[in-house]
Amino acid sequence: MIEWISSDRCTGCNQCVAVCPTNVLQARGDSTPLIARADDCQSCFMCELYCKQDAIFVGGLFDAPTGVTEEQAVAHGWLGQYRKHSGWDEWADQYANEHWRMDRVFALARAS
Amino acid sequence: MSDGLQLETDVLVLGGGLAGTWAAVAAARQGARVVLADKGYCGTSGVTASAGPGHWWVPPDPELRRAAIDKRLGLAYGLAERDWMARIVDLTWRTLPTLAPYYAFARDETGVTQYRGLRGPEYMRAMRQLAQDHGVRILDQSPALELLLHADGAVGGARGHQRQQGYDWQVRAGAVVMATGGCAFLSPLLGAHTNTGDGYLMAAEAGAALSGMEFSAYYTVAQAGTSMTRSMSYAFATYYDAAGHELPIPRGPDNSSHIARALLQGPVYCSLHRMPESIRAQLPQISPNVLLPFVRQGIDPFTDKFRVELRGEGTVRGIGGLEIVSDDCATRVPGLYVAGDAATRELIAGATSGGGAQNSAWALSSGQWAGQGAADYVAQNGLRRNARVEAIGGAGVRPTTQAAAPDLASVLDTVKAEMLPVDKNLFRTEARLRQSLAVLDLTWNAIREGGGRLYKPRWREAAALVATARWSYRAALARTESRGMQQRLDYPGTDPALARRLVQHGVDQPQWLTRIHEEVSA
Ligand SMILES: Cc1cc2nc3c(=O)[nH]c(=O)nc-3n(C[C@H](O)[C@H](O)[C@H](O)COP(=O)(O)OP(=O)(O)OC[C@H]3O[C@@H](n4cnc5c(N)ncnc54)[C@H](O)[C@@H]3O)c2cc1C
Repeated sequence: MIEWISSDRCTGCNQCVAVCPTNVLQARGDSTPLIARADDCQSCFMCELYCKQDAIFVGGLFDAPTGVTEEQAVAHGWLGQYRKHSGWDEWADQYANEHWRMDRVFALARAS
Repeated sequence: MSDGLQLETDVLVLGGGLAGTWAAVAAARQGARVVLADKGYCGTSGVTASAGPGHWWVPPDPELRRAAIDKRLGLAYGLAERDWMARIVDLTWRTLPTLAPYYAFARDETGVTQYRGLRGPEYMRAMRQLAQDHGVRILDQSPALELLLHADGAVGGARGHQRQQGYDWQVRAGAVVMATGGCAFLSPLLGAHTNTGDGYLMAAEAGAALSGMEFSAYYTVAQAGTSMTRSMSYAFATYYDAAGHELPIPRGPDNSSHIARALLQGPVYCSLHRMPESIRAQLPQISPNVLLPFVRQGIDPFTDKFRVELRGEGTVRGIGGLEIVSDDCATRVPGLYVAGDAATRELIAGATSGGGAQNSAWALSSGQWAGQGAADYVAQNGLRRNARVEAIGGAGVRPTTQAAAPDLASVLDTVKAEMLPVDKNLFRTEARLRQSLAVLDLTWNAIREGGGRLYKPRWREAAALVATARWSYRAALARTESRGMQQRLDYPGTDPALARRLVQHGVDQPQWLTRIHEEVSA
């Protein structure tokens, strides 16, 4: 579930509020949005993907916070990791979308 | 409704996932003005957005196509139709390349462009852009709550609520496409949280029928505590019991009943050590979300054993949904069309899941047919601008008595408790189905009488979940046999007399449109 939004990184653009499919977040003008309905979070990571500031952390469990801190998340390279591996925005040239390989992976699994 | 948003349009699409966006684009291409409302955000909502659908992809060689369709017909237990399968294979093949300006299709090493599988977030971002470029007006965060009906029974639009701004909206429309997805009963199934069966309920209130609701027992493995139900990695899974002994679970994809039986004995653990190193390295760029839950718990799924559970999918990768009565995906209600997981997929998958290929081909195709059908309907029947329409929502928006509302959280817990455990839904028996139905009927009556005095989506979702659960188990009870996804422990065999679809209609007291054996319909 979404655990926190870094107010150091957040610019208050509210893009995460707009795109959250389950309406977890509450805009507060141009300050950091409030995580108002964490129970509704479905751990889809869409907010992270759409956050150009890499300010959002969604933990590994859907129904409980894992307690990872901002320092830990930064140290592990988790902030912005999904957006980077997806090759969005500034990462487009470095991380190609290899999704098409999925068929081959399945074929390999069947053959193994 | 006073200070809400009031719009008029030719075609209104409810649901902005894969099917809804294709419907909107197709209707716009016919020259219709289109409004699309999604409960969440069109582009991130729905089960396509967080997954990565591989479409049914067969080149237009008659032999190849016949073989592909024969193969799938062989798995459909007599309930699918060759013509519908052929239509979706053909339209999918012709459609995906047209997305090239919006989606960067990759080429393989030999230079061949790869169209079959699209990554979800990029696919749905493309669909949003495509819809906007066709002039579709998108209402995000705007769940539809009920349909508007003309006195003659034709549909005339819908009403709903903008949940971030807090206002109600009403769209008068000449035709409506229902594309609200399947219903996964609030299972933590990736991307399915907004798919609560609202479209089934809205359409059924208007007089549409439901078909194949017994095929709502699909399960997918996921790491315990996570909603990551993408299955590719599990093609390399090895399963263990709590003592660390390897379990004799066959390799997937269709191994969920084996996992379910093991789970009924005790916890089940899994390791992905069989995944070759080369693929592990590629995984973040194939499916960048799959490893996130593992990594962020400090688990290395390729060396560690982690606990797994099964996630019920209801009708998402189940099959049932709204009945279709024409080639352009009309329902029995004049002006109401249906597409994607909101529709029954028996036509193209029969009694087995359409996940993995057919479902996305169906969403893309049925979306376009429904969008065209709706636009054609408006062209013929006009907008009927001055005719009176009535908002027809019942359960969850217009309680019938002054009774206090039941506790919402316990209603939702009841639905989950009846619909998600494998010993109730996957391994079915008459006694357990009847027990569940008794609980669900009581819950339904309580919602009917007291739920939803405020015009807010939550109660409507609760009502839709319970309604969907009731249709599912009624159908499961009536199908006194095992066929495909429906497994009845008390009727393990297949009954040739039941090689047909079970169609029901009605909300409070659903009725069969199919002839059903008397003792089971009672
Ligand atoms: C993990 C996973 C992997 C999959 N992989 C494949 C695959 O590889 N191949 C394949 O063929 N299929 C696959 N599928 C199935 C495929 O994704 C679906 O068939 C397809 O997404 C259906 O599209 P849809 O538009 O009908 O539903 P969705 O994409 O779920 O969209 C439904 C939309 O309706 C909205 N909505 C719901 N209620 C309301 C309301 N009251 N008002 C307004 N809007 C509402 C929701 O917010 C949502 O945006 C997969 C499914 C899952 C869960």
